[in-house]
Amino acid sequence: MEQFSPVKRSKDGQPIRYLIVDDSVFARKNLARMIESFGGHLAGEAVDGLTAITEYDRTHPDIVLMDITMPQMEGIEAAERIVQSHPDARIVMVSSVGYQENIVAALQRGARHFVQKPVKPEVLYEVIKYVLGDDASVTSAAGAGA
Amino acid sequence: MKMELIQPFINSADAVLAQGLQCKTAVGSLSMEEEAYRRKGVAAMVWVTGDIEGRIIIDLDPETAVRVASKMAGAELPESDSLVRETACELANQIIGNAITALNDQGFHFRVHPPVMHTSEEGIKSSEDTEALVMCFDTPIGSVFMNIAMRYNRRRQADRAAAAGN
Repeated sequence: MEQFSPVKRSKDGQPIRYLIVDDSVFARKNLARMIESFGGHLAGEAVDGLTAITEYDRTHPDIVLMDITMPQMEGIEAAERIVQSHPDARIVMVSSVGYQENIVAALQRGARHFVQKPVKPEVLYEVIKYVLGDDASVTSAAGAGA
Repeated sequence: MKMELIQPFINSADAVLAQGLQCKTAVGSLSMEEEAYRRKGVAAMVWVTGDIEGRIIIDLDPETAVRVASKMAGAELPESDSLVRETACELANQIIGNAITALNDQGFHFRVHPPVMHTSEEGIKSSEDTEALVMCFDTPIGSVFMNIAMRYNRRRQADRAAAAGN
């Protein structure tokens, strides 16, 4: 997989910590490989919306990558509940179902962005940088290896 | 089934397979089946409900499933690996999700249910209004079959017609 210039937390230079929420182990592994190529750290995983809420409370990630269609509790409801408890939570919805109503509902209920599956690493990388804003900084690949 | 329903699935499968496998694909064959569905190998099924209801199955013979999963995972996987079955589910999720997105933007409203493995050898026999369409997508590493059996939800159609008449 292509390597990207690492994205770090501005405040302490540490890797961005991610929570991945998806009922598909294939999708979770695929996203984990991508965040590794972005220089990120996997803080936790969840297979449904309910578990995502407890995992968020436990890990306090910098960013959540959240599927929509999942058993137990769908991603949009989980995003809403997380944002109610943690207004600063940064949640990016990652779903194959990307019609306008779904995107609008997700954004209205607290998600910061939407990425449609199949995920292109370069698209997710740009979205993560955008969502993190000034709280993240991109280090040069040469510097990262030093 | 009308072509307006089918075309988004063809476009979506073509795009998802081309991106996931990083290759060109071609629609190899297309047929209507009234007989009960017979699983070819590793199969994942997704139910959709709403204006149009039914199920879509993505099916790969075991050898192709291993090659596709290995390609998409970026590592050689053994046939026994659960990731092979998971790949079929994720392929189904992506193909159907993208198709439903296109159909929704045309005014159809659906709910997509999470994919499940189709483990029985045979499925339910198609009925008159849910004749199954079977498509084969040829790729350099094997064929991927998509079996679609859907019908318009008549109650929803009637509701919409009544609403339009008001």
